[in-house]
Amino acid sequence: MTSMFGEPIARLEDDRLLRGNGAYLDDLGHDALACAFVRSPHAHARVGEIDVSDALGVDGVVAIYTHEDLPGRIAEPLPLLIPHPALTHGRTGYPLAAGEVNYVGEPVVMVVAEDRYLAEDAAERIMVEYEPLPAVVGVDAARKADHLVHDDVPGNVAGHLVQSNGDAAAAIAAAPHVLELDLYVERSASTPLEGRGVLARWDTESRRLRIWTSTQTSTGVRAAVAARLGLALADVDVITPDVGGGFGVKIVHPWPEELLVPWAARLLGRPVKFTEDRIEHFLASAHERGQRHRVRVGFDDQGRVLGLDVRFWHDNGAYIPYGLIVPIITSTQLLGPYKPGAYRVEFSSLYTNTVIVTPYRGAGRPQGAFVMERTMDAIAAELGFDRALVRERNFIQPEEMPYDHGLIFQDGRPLIYDSGDYPAALAKLKALVGWDDFEAVRAAAREEGRRLGIGLACYVEGTGVGPYEGAHVVVETSGKVKVATGLTSQGQGHQTVLAQIVADELGVPIGDIDVVTGDTRAFGYAVGTFASRTAVMSGSAVALAARAARAKAISVAAAALEASPDDMEIVAGQVRIKGDPESGIAIGTVAVLSNPLRYAFDEAAQAATQFAGGDFDKPPVAEDDEPGIEGRKFFSPVRSTFAAGMHAVIVETDPQTAEIKVLRYCVVHDCGTLINPRIVEGQIHGGVAQGVGGALYERMAYDETGQLQNASFMDFLMPYVSEVPKGIEIDHLETPSPLNPLGIKGAGEAGVIPSAAVFAAAIEDAEGIAITSMPISPSDLFELRAASRPASRGAAGAPRDSGDRGR
Amino acid sequence: MSESELFDVRLTVNGVVRDVRVPARRLLSDCLRHDLRLTGTHVGCEHGVCGACTVLVDGVAVRSCLLLAVSADGAAVTTVEGLTGQDGTLSAVQQAFADCHGLQCGFCTPGFLTTITAALEENPRPTEEEAREIIGGNLCRCTGYQNIVRAVRRAAELTAERADREGAT
Repeated sequence: MTSMFGEPIARLEDDRLLRGNGAYLDDLGHDALACAFVRSPHAHARVGEIDVSDALGVDGVVAIYTHEDLPGRIAEPLPLLIPHPALTHGRTGYPLAAGEVNYVGEPVVMVVAEDRYLAEDAAERIMVEYEPLPAVVGVDAARKADHLVHDDVPGNVAGHLVQSNGDAAAAIAAAPHVLELDLYVERSASTPLEGRGVLARWDTESRRLRIWTSTQTSTGVRAAVAARLGLALADVDVITPDVGGGFGVKIVHPWPEELLVPWAARLLGRPVKFTEDRIEHFLASAHERGQRHRVRVGFDDQGRVLGLDVRFWHDNGAYIPYGLIVPIITSTQLLGPYKPGAYRVEFSSLYTNTVIVTPYRGAGRPQGAFVMERTMDAIAAELGFDRALVRERNFIQPEEMPYDHGLIFQDGRPLIYDSGDYPAALAKLKALVGWDDFEAVRAAAREEGRRLGIGLACYVEGTGVGPYEGAHVVVETSGKVKVATGLTSQGQGHQTVLAQIVADELGVPIGDIDVVTGDTRAFGYAVGTFASRTAVMSGSAVALAARAARAKAISVAAAALEASPDDMEIVAGQVRIKGDPESGIAIGTVAVLSNPLRYAFDEAAQAATQFAGGDFDKPPVAEDDEPGIEGRKFFSPVRSTFAAGMHAVIVETDPQTAEIKVLRYCVVHDCGTLINPRIVEGQIHGGVAQGVGGALYERMAYDETGQLQNASFMDFLMPYVSEVPKGIEIDHLETPSPLNPLGIKGAGEAGVIPSAAVFAAAIEDAEGIAITSMPISPSDLFELRAASRPASRGAAGAPRDSGDRGR
Repeated sequence: MSESELFDVRLTVNGVVRDVRVPARRLLSDCLRHDLRLTGTHVGCEHGVCGACTVLVDGVAVRSCLLLAVSADGAAVTTVEGLTGQDGTLSAVQQAFADCHGLQCGFCTPGFLTTITAALEENPRPTEEEAREIIGGNLCRCTGYQNIVRAVRRAAELTAERADREGAT
């Protein structure tokens, strides 16, 4: 049987989804009551009287709840999921506003009705008095702190963290060259096509709660809901149905609705469902990316960075349930493949009266890559060097692995790169895009009156963060193999890649393998799907569990064949003596033999009953053994693996209209060993498209009062096919990770990380104007051109005010 | 007209006559999904921009979130569930998506499948540029569209191959 690992096989998930037989959250619970929420129209206000009397008369209304109606722990602020010593002023919202609202979209009143139309009829008849307060909008207003988001949080500062390795200030002071840059990145958002949603059913007979939720962590939701409702974990099942995309936003939990819906379902004794609509997703889920950065860099005549000092200000929105994870990732991952002589980073995480900020694919890394790569380009411009050369001179070399940055990463563990070959990746990228021949291409285009630019950007991504994932593999007596892992899937093809791993490890046909993810009934211990961790964490756990099941199958078959386990193999689902197909026992039969029976349930099972023979001096199940062919294993690595990649883009900018066209987009990617290249490439395609959106189109247009003015797909410019590159050229490099049994590094987020950096570099190269703020639209570029005339054309190194465009 | 007044609507959905009683304001998308329980049609934005809810009404691709069920009275509606052959074979467009890895989370997919099915009726041999135009009004957040463009052209090939095979038998 050929190996499945590494094969670009078609996905096992697709057939069902293509027939319209997927089961997404709103496809379930047709008998459920529906919810609608009255949400704050103000960015910052005190909540006064709430008058629901008109709404109570609406046909089909079942219940209306305000904060006053919530009992016990349901009335408490939502959990602060990731505490950190530097998060000194962590604040979270309430499931329903308790006296104050802090962003437009914050839930204030919950309406439960027979259907969504009726729930909305009632919601619009509810009168809420508000006393508006001054709104803090944008990172600059938060820093200024003329007004406070939370009265008891001075300076709007939720947390403040400094990390350093060496004496960066001294290194910069002593450096022959020093540059300063002011760099800004605007907000964007995950924006999956399916919004959030939750369905809950309280079984009045078994007194158990069952929840279906469109989440990236079913175990997280289960623990939070059980704690708040005072239920035993064993009495709560959380099932993740098909999820229509996540990209980070669905790792946050419990959302207000994820607590309120199960609570109401139990109280009312009827199933209740909430399906988020598109405007709610814009206003009431989460955004990311908004940060302002100040860089001071000192470097030598060769362009080597001697000292790097980065300060930045992170807009965390109204509350901070997910803690400091995003700015911690920026502060550590901005180092990329480089080794500055000394490094100091300091950030403040600031409250604003806008939607909360939590990780969106890339999670702080796009900002980090933007800062570091703009800095590399600025150094090259200052010294008149080739931009690739400056990067080469600052790379960590392969022989320096594992490389310790002397910092603490997002998982609380040392930032130590496990492996990687950055010079080789850059060489591949230069060859792929034709870096060294570009001047001829540019000159030829110039002859035609066209303006071209090229940019490149590098990144390193810590993937597969712990603490652990686990897996269960069981061989049924039919020979079918059931695999379960607790983390969830949102379209990444987990069923396929995990089945590929099991097929090889266990020696069974892939068609006999069924994988379940994100169902606490099937596997109760898990963390979740984020940080490009599934292949590394669950992939490793599944491999270990399959190996355990294999060892058991071989042991049982060896006893039956009176052979040594060392002489056994499993091929195509047959457990046999090596090289002797005649000796084979079907693995399903081995499963029958592994379970000593009193009662035969079918003919095959008769072989395992007590009058069928055996060694009468031994117990039917040995002391250290158990019935069945199963493996249950956990994988918990010492620290993250570090994937890496480099992108290059060639753009053409229109001399008149300032439109920005992508001519070529090239990716070199190293995620260690590849389980399924087709799926990895699909992940890169999607990441690049989101990166293009974030670099050229997407922004959250808040006005000064905190109203999000583009909260629809008409106005938030998510790329259609016309906006993405016509081809994405990909080359792989495989440096296996030494930290897990399969050599895997994560791949899910890679495509999006260097986009802002690479587009800024290419546009700057085309235009000769410093690009310090992203995204950049044609009108932004048009204005930059106007502002740069008639003064001489600057380079990235020139300090320049990068105002919050789009405000 | 009160919100609770119900109207009789007759639709022929995927070849089957279906009678429903719905309020005037019921969207066709909600009628298909919740009254007829054909949940393959998905709702991504409810303002006609994303295309996930696209169905064929009398053979024409329309956004079912922008159409009231009552205004579709008498129409023949094809949803993603109706694309599959009676013997259970995936349609050429469905098969092409599987062959080309044209879907990831699968939420937008039904809208692409219906849109492309209608377009290939009009233009059975699209160029790459035409393939991009065909899907130009549908949003996908997962795939970056690369493999969907491939799937459009693969579907055209498959359709031709299947027609040849039928012609030969």
